[in-house]
Amino acid sequence: MRPAYPPIVFLTLQCAANGIRRKGNKVAIKDGLKRMATAFKDEQTSGHTPVHSEAVVVRFAGDSGDGMQLTGGQFTLSSALAGNDFATFPDFPAEIRAPIGTLFGVSAFQINFGSSAIDTAGDQPDVLIAMNPAALKTNVGSLREGGLIIADTGEFNQRNLDKAKYTTNPFEDGSLAKWQVLAFDISALTLEAVKPFGMGNKDALRCKNMWTLGLALWMFDRERQPIIDWLNAKFAKNQVLADANIAALNAGHAYGETAELAGPLKQYHVDAAPAPAGLYRTVTGAESISYGLVAGAQLAGLKMFFGGYPITPASAILHHLSRLKEYGITTFQAEDEIAAICSAIGASYAGQLGVTSSSGPGIALKGEAMGLAIMTELPLVIVNSQRGGPSTGLPTKTEQSDLYQAVYGRNGDAPMPVIAARSPVDCFDCAVEAVRIAVEYMTPVMLLTDGYIANAAEPWLVPDLEEYTPFPVEFLESVPEDGFKPYSRDHKLKRPWVKPGTPGLLHRIGGIEKEVDTGHINYAPANHQAMTDIRSAKVNGIADSIPDQIVEQGAAGAKLAVVGWGSTYGPIKQAVRRKRAEGVDVAHVHIRHIWPMPKNMAELLKSFDKIIVPEMNTGQLKTILRDQFLVDAQPVNKVSGQPFTIAEIEAAIGSAL
Amino acid sequence: MNDMTPVKATTPKDWETDQEVRWCPGCGDYAILKAVQRTMPEIGGTPENTVFISGIGCSSRFPYYMETYGFHTIHGRAPAVATGVKLANPDLDVWIITGDGDALSIGGNHTMHLLRRNLDCQIMLFNNEIYGLTKGQYSPTSRVGTNSPSTPYGSVDRPATPCAFALGSGARFVARGFDVSKNLPDVLKAAHAHRGAAFIEIFQNCIVYNKDVFEDFAAPKGADGHQLWLRNGEPMLFGSEKSGGTKGIALDNVGLTLKVVDVVDGDWQSAGVIVHDVTNRSLAHMLVEMPFGEFPMALGVLYDDPRPTFNDAVIAQNESASAGKAPDLGKLLAKGQTWTVAEGHPET
Repeated sequence: MRPAYPPIVFLTLQCAANGIRRKGNKVAIKDGLKRMATAFKDEQTSGHTPVHSEAVVVRFAGDSGDGMQLTGGQFTLSSALAGNDFATFPDFPAEIRAPIGTLFGVSAFQINFGSSAIDTAGDQPDVLIAMNPAALKTNVGSLREGGLIIADTGEFNQRNLDKAKYTTNPFEDGSLAKWQVLAFDISALTLEAVKPFGMGNKDALRCKNMWTLGLALWMFDRERQPIIDWLNAKFAKNQVLADANIAALNAGHAYGETAELAGPLKQYHVDAAPAPAGLYRTVTGAESISYGLVAGAQLAGLKMFFGGYPITPASAILHHLSRLKEYGITTFQAEDEIAAICSAIGASYAGQLGVTSSSGPGIALKGEAMGLAIMTELPLVIVNSQRGGPSTGLPTKTEQSDLYQAVYGRNGDAPMPVIAARSPVDCFDCAVEAVRIAVEYMTPVMLLTDGYIANAAEPWLVPDLEEYTPFPVEFLESVPEDGFKPYSRDHKLKRPWVKPGTPGLLHRIGGIEKEVDTGHINYAPANHQAMTDIRSAKVNGIADSIPDQIVEQGAAGAKLAVVGWGSTYGPIKQAVRRKRAEGVDVAHVHIRHIWPMPKNMAELLKSFDKIIVPEMNTGQLKTILRDQFLVDAQPVNKVSGQPFTIAEIEAAIGSAL
Repeated sequence: MNDMTPVKATTPKDWETDQEVRWCPGCGDYAILKAVQRTMPEIGGTPENTVFISGIGCSSRFPYYMETYGFHTIHGRAPAVATGVKLANPDLDVWIITGDGDALSIGGNHTMHLLRRNLDCQIMLFNNEIYGLTKGQYSPTSRVGTNSPSTPYGSVDRPATPCAFALGSGARFVARGFDVSKNLPDVLKAAHAHRGAAFIEIFQNCIVYNKDVFEDFAAPKGADGHQLWLRNGEPMLFGSEKSGGTKGIALDNVGLTLKVVDVVDGDWQSAGVIVHDVTNRSLAHMLVEMPFGEFPMALGVLYDDPRPTFNDAVIAQNESASAGKAPDLGKLLAKGQTWTVAEGHPET
């Protein structure tokens, strides 16, 4: 799928990676090599140029103190600057500094980068960089057969082998036979490289990750300068640290260049991926959501109030917004999740856009207050970055198991719109959409993402804000001709939004059932029936304002539809693409508006012979589809804390037909 | 709000709504409502700039009866809602109405943090030492041995002392009153004059489930011997010939506790009676813990020593962090390490 000619890429940094082939005197070693991996399938060039590959999956794994997330992040940046498309999967333990060398303390960062569209972080790594025995043990199983292991033998001492529960040294017992192994003493090489800086042993070894990154940059034909610039900026206050890390980076790079081992290590080049013209940057889901909320508030013409409470993996949104005060944003770290949402409701009542954010356990605590926002019909955006549950569950692992909670999880008949983002980039538009619905319908809205989307990064064609249609809020500021009624309705069943401080429109609201129109307390049977019906009709009416459900690939009437929501988008898209290329009549439907659903959904779903619903839960969307449309949706479930692989979805398509 | 139109003077009537009041006949809440409606004109309040925010319980119905903006929220959460309201619009005069269960049981956490942060608002805690709206269970302020539907053999846990809780949470204004007291409007006025979180405990008689539980000190008969009304700069005197002589509160220098002393011929100085200083935090700690019986009930403004408010600090930081920055979301999105793909090459 590579383009006939490489796209032209200009970098805003002084780094023009694309198109510049390393002209050095490298010799690709052809013989003695097992074929690396199917992804490494392209031209095996001989002579002085790197091997070209369409896509490569690399996983960096080490102790949680080894700086693997940082290494992965910088390698991601380097992929972006090289014009590759990519997707990343940071996978780290819940413990901040788990005991060194333990299996549960392993932190990993996987990146899939390529010269054509990349939608997932890759099923199986082609290259595993393992900084210690525990990292090798926990990650080697997913490495593609024939893939390359790069390991630091300096860490493979008896103590660390014991901690990783290795009874024998894996480099000696033949257990790694199906992979290529490049094991050497990275620790010693790092110490050697940073020796001139006179650091203690412990600090010197901290530079190991940069040594490794240097080697990876060489392997994938990348420029070092952006990373050097970053290191200089990061350690601006400590030039010795900056210099030591740069020395380690350079040493790792030089190792690749000069060692040019008569072994499995060789250099690859992945061309830039074709992409629409424009300005790009990398973005994580948490960043994208934050910017989308800011954009939404601007389109609504409102100031934003964000009430949050620290929780993994949602805190990053609070962190991002806390730095954007000049955009009219007040952030409030509340005493608990309940106060976070209640303060946001208070702010909405006072005329700002109230926003709160959490993950599953915190969302559960906010449930009663969501009911208050539904009853008082105030706008509110609730972002749920889902994680594995129930209870504390898997704080740093991804799951989609809060869908029931989002759609059904409140006391009483408490309808609330729910939308779900499919990717880090998609978070931006979904956040704007959540704000639009909240203010246009005077309702709380739940926006679902997950731990995978929140942390993962992908390239982002920076949106042109001029292309977004504003939806300015109009507060009621004077008594209407027919008198003021706080619960009167417009054609969308929206009630007026009145800011306290407005003369002549004094009124009281609350969580007690209110009388139709007047909003006075009223428990009368007919009134409760009427108000319940109105609240439900209002939320159902949102369907009038959302686009029809599209079919991503394939068409209505296909033999099989794969229906997904949220972060399963990438693997479903690729699996359906592959199956369609094989001639299978399969379609992909991906739902953003989960409650209410697009108006054509019933007709669309009923057009397919069969429906499967891959979800990282035990079948929650499946249940909703069955409930809403009486269709025979079949579940495909995975709750391992890991995203679906493309192969798993392909297999599910295969067995469904 | 921000215009310069002269504020029209209001009367108590202007603060009454057309809603039927739904408290039990004889409930202490009626007297508190009247006291508040009397106070509002005197503090120069404007109904549209005033917001009453309550939680759940008998007291929390209060906002429906005030002709202001009002928000009857959920159990225990009024302080959190109020925080959002005040930060979003600091010009509003925010009053929180809560009860002993609402503020100290289910909402104890929010009460603590609101006081700690010092949000500029008034917190009126109606303390009737019982859960009224749920039909009479004992509350976190009920005395040991309280018989109730949930404690048929008497409650065994020790009660919280609301004013001590407030002070311990960092409150800078702590006052006490009771429902039918003629001094209640003065206490409310002082609370309103305090810039910051002003905590007022109001003993309130639940005539159905905990009748006359405050009668020992609130009853008119013998009141002057049972009530110590604190006034800044004045000696802590109570009692009269009728109640068995004038007495005062003095410091026991050995035990570092308060003690009751007799005042003969008005010579409180030689009796060592303390002159009330509302800014003395050590004294406030002793006053809130002063046990009724051995001592009179300390009423009025126990403590009043303002310091910068949370809302002022948040807004000041919002402003300083924004100073000199032109918000341009387009530019922000395009910031950092970016790259450009030129026109004219194939798309996927």
